[in-house]
Amino acid sequence: MNFRKALANGLLAENPTFRLVLGMCPTLAVTTSMMNGIGMGLAATFVLVGSNAIVSLVRSFIPHKIRIPCYIVIIATFVTVVDLVMAGFTPALHETLGIFIPLIVVNCIILARAESFASKNSLLSSIGDGLGMGIGFTCALTMLGSIRELLGTGVVLAAPDFNFAGLRVIPEAFKALVVIMAPGGFIVLGLLLGFINWLTRKASAHSS
Amino acid sequence: MDGKLLVIFVSGILINNFVLTRFLGICPFLGVSQQTETAIGMGLAVIFVMTLVSVFTWVVQDLILVPLGLGYLQTVVFILVIAALVQLVEMVIQKISPTLYRALGVYLPLITTNCAVLGVAILNIDEQYSLIESMVNGLAGGVGFALAIVLFSGIRERLAAAPIPESLKGYPIALITAGLLSIAFMGFSGFNLNALFGM
Repeated sequence: MNFRKALANGLLAENPTFRLVLGMCPTLAVTTSMMNGIGMGLAATFVLVGSNAIVSLVRSFIPHKIRIPCYIVIIATFVTVVDLVMAGFTPALHETLGIFIPLIVVNCIILARAESFASKNSLLSSIGDGLGMGIGFTCALTMLGSIRELLGTGVVLAAPDFNFAGLRVIPEAFKALVVIMAPGGFIVLGLLLGFINWLTRKASAHSS
Repeated sequence: MDGKLLVIFVSGILINNFVLTRFLGICPFLGVSQQTETAIGMGLAVIFVMTLVSVFTWVVQDLILVPLGLGYLQTVVFILVIAALVQLVEMVIQKISPTLYRALGVYLPLITTNCAVLGVAILNIDEQYSLIESMVNGLAGGVGFALAIVLFSGIRERLAAAPIPESLKGYPIALITAGLLSIAFMGFSGFNLNALFGM
């Protein structure tokens, strides 16, 4: 699979959130606002591209039996880098994402791509795959975060790190707080997945 | 001291349920909950691993990482400890009870990537719990996970026979159901633990 195909694959056909349904923990937990979603998505993309690249480079040197711990150490290193960079440059985001930044290590997407793609493909394709999956993940998180932020707080585009309080779209009195709490995450994601399933079925019914 | 342990235990299971409130351990929660039997197996394995991991990671943090000023290596070291522990647990179970080993099957190695396991290890350090408190928190987290996944599997078994719209079949309806379960657990957030345990 070449670079461009791998890129498009991660965005649509095998979108990690909507098609592969991987990496659910951060998806549900951090999508309380659009900026949080974007932040987590970009952090995960950085780790994904980095780890895919390194795993692809060293794939012929890693003994098969201990490959999983090796991948995990590689991924954990990139996660530590992202964690420290975010703590330094985007403290508000770092505070909100909290425990989910180190938890990128066990994000199923990253280990799954290292195991199923990067360990078997060239450097360029692996980077493309990492980028595609990461961007697909970021888009999904952004979409989910925007919806939850809009319904749950009535505000859009709030960005504490840039000192922007966002644009109020729905009056304060009509916001549905439960949407940005735990149940809201589950239900909004479930409905969104159902909607995408419906769109996919319509599209394939049209083409057949 | 006793009171605080009870508070940690009860909050870990009900008030701050690791799966339904903290969003940790969702992947196995969604993936292994189609049948109650497998859910119970996974739940038990997670309880065991989370308790062990809480103890080991706390010890590593306290005796190695902090004195040597290696706090920034926490992520790497913790995940390695977890991977090693899970491997050890797998070998021990295989020796002691081959039936249990066969029942748990592929779920055991999967626990390595369970957010709840690494999550509780990091949470214990963040909350500055002592060794005993960390162990209780790990135990509570595991029990909470087991409770959530077994409850969920019971519902999903029923759902399998229900008339669900085509687009919602599979993950969508599972997520919506989990959301409803989460709302139910929100009811526990009103607990006054002080009044309950007479502290």
